[in-house]
Amino acid sequence: MYNNGIELLALVHTKNSSISDIVMEKECKISGMSREYIRNKMKERLDVMRVSAEFAINNDVKTVGGIIGGDAKKVERYYNQSISICGDIVNKVMARAFSTSEVNASMGRICAAPTAGASGIIPATIISVAEKFHASEDQIIDALFTASGIGEIIAKNATLSGAEGGCQAECGAAAAMSSAALVEMAGGTAEMSLHAAATALKNIMGLICDPIAGLVEAPCAKRNASGAVNAMLSADLALAGVKSIIPFDEVVEAMYKVGKALPSTLRETALGGIAVTPTGIRIKNEIYGNK
Amino acid sequence: MKNYSVFDILGPIMIGPSSSHTAGAARLGKVAQCIAGKEFEKVIFLLHGSFAKTYKGHGTDRALVAGILGMEPHDERLRNAIAIAEQSGLEIEFREADLGYVHPNTVKIIFERKDGTIAEITGSSIGGGNILVTNIDGYQVEFTGEYATLFIRHRDEKGVISRVTTVLAQHGINIATMKVSRKDRGEEASMIIEADQAISSNVEKELLNNSSIISARAINPTRGENIDV
Repeated sequence: MYNNGIELLALVHTKNSSISDIVMEKECKISGMSREYIRNKMKERLDVMRVSAEFAINNDVKTVGGIIGGDAKKVERYYNQSISICGDIVNKVMARAFSTSEVNASMGRICAAPTAGASGIIPATIISVAEKFHASEDQIIDALFTASGIGEIIAKNATLSGAEGGCQAECGAAAAMSSAALVEMAGGTAEMSLHAAATALKNIMGLICDPIAGLVEAPCAKRNASGAVNAMLSADLALAGVKSIIPFDEVVEAMYKVGKALPSTLRETALGGIAVTPTGIRIKNEIYGNK
Repeated sequence: MKNYSVFDILGPIMIGPSSSHTAGAARLGKVAQCIAGKEFEKVIFLLHGSFAKTYKGHGTDRALVAGILGMEPHDERLRNAIAIAEQSGLEIEFREADLGYVHPNTVKIIFERKDGTIAEITGSSIGGGNILVTNIDGYQVEFTGEYATLFIRHRDEKGVISRVTTVLAQHGINIATMKVSRKDRGEEASMIIEADQAISSNVEKELLNNSSIISARAINPTRGENIDV
């Protein structure tokens, strides 16, 4: 068992294994279920992710609040029809992150990863990078276990709740989880995975949760798109050998302290940030019919 | 430190947009329906706090109705649940209410049965899709719906508890937690039992053979995620 990054790395080395394997082994132990059972259960989640990451690219969706919608389609059309600045894969990932966020906001089926609000990041990145690296189904499922392991450490030592830690705890955690998984999928070491996760968290440290009208729509969908790109660039940096100066466990602790220090107006209450801009308030009043 | 399952981190599979305001609301509705039984013709939802303020934007209303129709939080029919309820002739009403010093995401669900009786269940959505049922028909209770749960109303008499545990043991059911409370000595009392195995309707029937037991209701977990995709 492990409670933090150092213990996870120690287990990887002692058993000459991978993060995904250690996480799977622990899951077998605490659930009492077979490896096959838990891999199938993870596959079920992957199937839900695949559908949600494509649906709003190919279909019109109507979100409950009506604040967002159609952005997944726009990005898909854009990079297919013109030369984009970031290139195809980054745009593809953003389109897919938007898709899951739009499916979520329109009461479609998603897999919380680690939350519903941040559910676009992990599917978009893992599915798209798996395509690029021609990863097998087993490698993709392994990646989801690695992502879970990182999420679990953040949950244990900090928080995954926007109401407690701001957006850094949701989209930041999702990006950290994803970046570690991408590193493993691309053949990097367990150390590199933790450097990537630390980098992803540092890149958005302090990010507040300020949803317009309190709804999981704006700025959530765009933060899923940018969170997905954060995951990819953090993974690339780690694979290039760039290390996080501050170790992963210390970054997690710092993120938690920053979250605690945020006033409640900036933690999912819709009482601060862009939620209380004149336009944010106008949209809220339109939705709830207050004049 | 609490050990998380990987499926707590990647999961639940659910209908969006919010684990607390949508998935948790659907689970509350489903558990309440398990307690109330199926023969009801009108349901009133008293929404408190954040539920009252934001229920439309989070689809909390549709999720609650989906739950009382027996749908799981990942059921894609959830978004049309209100229309489905209307088609089946079920009357639905939402009211904003102050339920006192309770969790901000709390709802009181009042079922009006066809035989004129009423069932009242209060519960809260406490985050990540997790719920806490806090009151059934005026009895203070506290259970999460993650275990198979048995709610028994009985007369406060000697030996009732041992008879209940005997029936459970005979059906191969192991008790995880148990709480007994009463209105007054010798008056009506209640039991909440959380068990490791599902509790069948046969157990309910067998318990009702006992003259001290007024009602017995099994609530089996709603966390089932085995979906067809």
